Amino acid sequence: MTHNENEHALLEVKNLCMYFTTKKRGKKNVVKAVDDVSFKVYAGETFGIVGESGCGKTTCGRTIIRLYDPSAGDILMNGKSIAGKMTKDLRKEITDNIAMIFQDPIASLNPRMTVQEIIGEGLKIRGIEDPAEREKMVLDMLWKVGLQPEHATRYPHEFSGGQRQRIGIARALIVKPKIVIADEPVSALDVSVQAQVINLLNSLKSELGLTVIFIAHNLSVVKYFCDRIAVMYYGKLVELADSDELFAHPCHPYTKALLSAIPLPDPISERTRIRISYEPSPRTDDSEPLSYHNISEGHTIYCTDSEFEEIMKELGKE
Amino acid sequence: MEPIIQVKDLAVNFKAFAGTVQAVRGVSFDLFKGETLAIVGESGSGKSVTIKTLLGILPKNGHIASGEILYNGNDLTKYSEKDFYAIRGKKISLVFQDPLSALNPIMKIGKQITEALILSKSVDKAHAKDRAIELMTQVGIPQPEIRYDEYPFQFSGGMRQRIVIAIALASNPEILICDEPTTALDVTIQAKILELIKDLKKKDDLSIIFITHDMGVVANMADRICVMYAGRIVEYGTAEEIFYEPAHPYTWALLSAMPDLDTEDELFAIPGAPPNMLQPPKGDAFAARNKFALEIDYEEEPPYFKISDTHYAATWLLHPDAPHVEMPESLAHRIAKMRKRNGI
Repeated sequence: MTHNENEHALLEVKNLCMYFTTKKRGKKNVVKAVDDVSFKVYAGETFGIVGESGCGKTTCGRTIIRLYDPSAGDILMNGKSIAGKMTKDLRKEITDNIAMIFQDPIASLNPRMTVQEIIGEGLKIRGIEDPAEREKMVLDMLWKVGLQPEHATRYPHEFSGGQRQRIGIARALIVKPKIVIADEPVSALDVSVQAQVINLLNSLKSELGLTVIFIAHNLSVVKYFCDRIAVMYYGKLVELADSDELFAHPCHPYTKALLSAIPLPDPISERTRIRISYEPSPRTDDSEPLSYHNISEGHTIYCTDSEFEEIMKELGKE
Repeated sequence: MEPIIQVKDLAVNFKAFAGTVQAVRGVSFDLFKGETLAIVGESGSGKSVTIKTLLGILPKNGHIASGEILYNGNDLTKYSEKDFYAIRGKKISLVFQDPLSALNPIMKIGKQITEALILSKSVDKAHAKDRAIELMTQVGIPQPEIRYDEYPFQFSGGMRQRIVIAIALASNPEILICDEPTTALDVTIQAKILELIKDLKKKDDLSIIFITHDMGVVANMADRICVMYAGRIVEYGTAEEIFYEPAHPYTWALLSAMPDLDTEDELFAIPGAPPNMLQPPKGDAFAARNKFALEIDYEEEPPYFKISDTHYAATWLLHPDAPHVEMPESLAHRIAKMRKRNGI
């Protein structure tokens, strides 16, 4: 799936920066969790963000839904900025259109609320006052995510991990969002249950026509689930491409290292596999500036000009 | 080859408020010298309980219902806590899943390694520091002299796991048990830690029991594999046999539940959830989630059927009178592709 530059993007992230400042013995320390990240998400696609822990992928998702105030840059939804000062109207605008599915299905559900209350809370906030109508919508949603109507009056602790994640998905989808940000939705689950939840997300995606931003570290799952993938490394978006293109022709050295590290269920080829490791040279203030370069249509890489030339030379040889 | 550990028909129960949980129900396996044996299964399958029993670190409400664990001809199930002192952390060492909670946060790294060295009496106090730095170098810690005086919080996740491995190796153990050692780590770091464990195994002639639920990691590490489900080993064999000729429906499900890089179709999900071990189901515990289940699966527990000298599976499908059932098409397709890639 390639996208025309002029095609209307549902969500556009422009030079987004999210810095956290800590003070240690009076000395200010800035952590650049997300640094100059730009990408577009088109309607109906699944956009994957991968990277190791601490690379800023979760922060990126959380900044888009405005759980944090971005330090710099802009977030456009349907061409309208949602990165400005948080007002009541803006919050409504954001939460009406973007919903989030969290990683930990235990921590993200209030243990003192029943399933019905958890899922119905968003409807209440959106002004659906009639309890009967709310209940009908909740039961409908429960059925969609593969739970039973009798589960509605139970509490989160009565469910298994996979079922809890289904509740989290139901809560996110009941407000009919345009965009769903799924932050590692399956990594806390068992292998056999992971497949159930991935299949569920996949069928809901096509049924409801959702646009999904899928944040994960498991590359096989991301490859399976996503149309386009962004690779993040230390706060920077280092490579962005269609998922098949990214796996077929990884260009950034970090992407290459990441792909070579995926454990594959094949003992014979695993034994002879060569792993690439990526140790970047430390950057100083006077080193060459980094910028986005287009390798082919829809395939972008973030590197210095000279690195880009080298990569193009290598690609030309093939 | 001689087995270094023989587990025979081990059963472990836990007393809980609601009744007795049968966590391990008749597990038998041998660990041979110099091999890596992987135990695979979901959470609650009894894999961690099995190795806890092996090291005598079961919680108070757990007890061994039957079976024996032979190590050098001695039955470990009969050992008292005092007897275990000579073995635990000395002959058999353990690497935990979470390296942060395995280390003491307010003790310097160096002290934590020398503590293990001195307790195992492998060196005297005067030489402990030299040996600790040697171990740190061995597990790939840069600048060990400086890192020696640092605290765990100053280390990254991968480096912490290297320290945990260094502590486990301090006593020159014969057997290293790794309980999901890389689950908490990133893929790139995971690859490095797995490489390290493989190198150390070759150099120190270790025998390893490797516990995980990640089939990719298993493929990388294991010589032989035991697949556990609901407290039993349902299939065991060499790595090639399990990945290329899986015979148990649960192994099929486990292998096809995760997408690999070529997967396009819908994933093969195992319906339902693992059984409640308070009342293990009659017959084959996997029957309720198994679309290939036969009537007998609900009545009688299947014995192990021999597939080759090293490959056994506990499923009635292998009985000569059972109907012929093929593995799921997507898995068969994937295996065919693997064969082609490797030229077999």
